[in-house]
Amino acid sequence: MRQAEAVYALWFREFKVFTRERSRIVTSIFTPLLWIFVFGGGLGSTVNIEGINYQVYIYPGIVAMSVLFSSVFYGVYIIWDRKIDILKEVLVAPLSRYSVFVGKVLGGCTDSMIQAIVMLLISFAVGVYLSPLSFLLAILILFLLSLSLVSTGLIIGSLMESPEGFNMVVSFLVFPLFFFSGALYPLNNLPMWLSAITYMDPVTYGVDGLRTATIGVSQFPLHIDLAVLAVFAAVMFTMGTKTFERMK
Amino acid sequence: MGNAIETFELTKRFKNIMAVDHLNIKIKQGEIFGLLGPNGAGKTTTISMLCTILRPTEGTATVNGFDILKEPDEVRKSIGIVFQQPSVDDILTGRENLVLHAMWYGVPKAIRRERIDEVLKLVGLESRQNSLVKTYSGGMRRRLELARGLLHLPKVLFLDEPTLGLDPQTREVIWEYIEQMSRSRDMTIVLTTHYMEEADRLCNRIAIIDQGKIIVMDTPEALKAAVGGDMVCLRTTPADPERFRKIEGVSKVEVQEDYVVLTVRNSGERLQEILAASGKVESVQIRPASLDDVFISYTGKEIRPETGEGGIAQRIMRQRTLR
Ligand SMILES: Nc1ncnc2c1ncn2[C@@H]1O[C@H](COP(=O)(O)OP(=O)(O)OP(=O)(O)O)[C@@H](O)[C@H]1O
Ligand SMILES: [Mg+2]
Repeated sequence: MRQAEAVYALWFREFKVFTRERSRIVTSIFTPLLWIFVFGGGLGSTVNIEGINYQVYIYPGIVAMSVLFSSVFYGVYIIWDRKIDILKEVLVAPLSRYSVFVGKVLGGCTDSMIQAIVMLLISFAVGVYLSPLSFLLAILILFLLSLSLVSTGLIIGSLMESPEGFNMVVSFLVFPLFFFSGALYPLNNLPMWLSAITYMDPVTYGVDGLRTATIGVSQFPLHIDLAVLAVFAAVMFTMGTKTFERMK
Repeated sequence: MGNAIETFELTKRFKNIMAVDHLNIKIKQGEIFGLLGPNGAGKTTTISMLCTILRPTEGTATVNGFDILKEPDEVRKSIGIVFQQPSVDDILTGRENLVLHAMWYGVPKAIRRERIDEVLKLVGLESRQNSLVKTYSGGMRRRLELARGLLHLPKVLFLDEPTLGLDPQTREVIWEYIEQMSRSRDMTIVLTTHYMEEADRLCNRIAIIDQGKIIVMDTPEALKAAVGGDMVCLRTTPADPERFRKIEGVSKVEVQEDYVVLTVRNSGERLQEILAASGKVESVQIRPASLDDVFISYTGKEIRPETGEGGIAQRIMRQRTLR
């Protein structure tokens, strides 16, 4: 019970920071909008994939991208917290490291999910119309994705000492995760080597599941997507709690 | 009465620096204990180990009867700490900082509001409680930090330079509150400070440490008595130190260009002889030995190259540029 309240307090702090630093949400929504309307709109004027306009086709991929980026980069805040010494107050409090991790993860997922919802709400602007059920399915998929990626970001953040180091490591991780996920292209006609890598990228299954939910095309059955995402989330979450227990 | 804190050969080594060197201290329940020493002496490191945020290289300690290595959770539940480095959250309001702290430390909901109001009042931040901490002055942050340390009424409170950067009025209020906490709640308080006046006023016992080792540990009164008399300062033309040394009761002589400082027992009775031994005297000042004299006599006069951690002003500047 005490720990539950403590987790709530940790989450509350993250949420306050998010709502007070509005620049965070603005910048994280701006890039996906460029992708959808400039890149997608530009190519979409001539390109169709599987009979679907390119702009519509990449829409789910870009929603997944916005969650991917904001979730992983959330990990950098723990480095700032350490640098300006406010992490110490949390670490010296009678909280289990598990609670600290859960609080941080929930904070990160909240940030990402708010962005995700904004992205889903603009779906009509690209001509995608979501039923309440497909909306909920999209939310579930994005939540699993964000849970695993926020955990990943926090693991890296808790191991790194400088924001610069974090950004470097994360760039080497986030861009491959994005480009190999099939967010921008269909998976069914790829050369062997590329196909092999996309199958190993967990984000692929998030993008694929989201396509099922939003535009009704997909490579894998939905239950496979969900299963892979759930396992990925469970693994990263568990690794995260272990890393936090050993932190500092 | 039992010991609130006991250290057993407590040691911390950072690569080649012996920050804390086989420290053995016993601090009694309800005591206000001062940890003094020059910059880099190992005060903060000692406190960090006692609070379980730093692991000793060797040795251990108990806090409220709990071993810092084996029962860190129990230790954390029973302590409060005011860090030397500001650690309040800029982007929250003062009150929000306190509410979160109360939740982390399990302050019961029923008394939470009341406790928060009380500590806010104590540090004089009631009117600014709903402003963001980033709009606070350095001293206001410090006060908020103190309020936070006291909020959950810990059994042992660590204060690492608690009044650094505070104005004299606030300092006085804080001193009174610290005394009151120790008296009425039987709270044990471990305090580091560079203000000797503060240590003298508050502490039941003081340990002066240098390079991680205890040099001397006693009550402020005993430490001052051990200096061996009053301090007599003469502004005078150059004088021969040997002439002063011959005078009975003079235990220490320090001669500079244009002044002499003597440590003299029963200084009143010796004044005539002292004046006779000096050159042309412009002024005489006699004062009882203070803790400053004690501190200097044990740790020497020169400033070490070691600068320790930056002052509060730099810290705040850094916080601002980082955000
Ligand atoms: N994280 C660290 N890594 C390496 N050396 C450290 C670290 N923390 C402290 N030290 C060293 O340990 C010694 C003791 O430092 P400490 O901060 O305990 O001093 P202090 O007595 O609190 O000094 P001050 O009065 O300046 O606050 C110093 O020589 C310092 O340089
Ligand atoms: Mg210190």
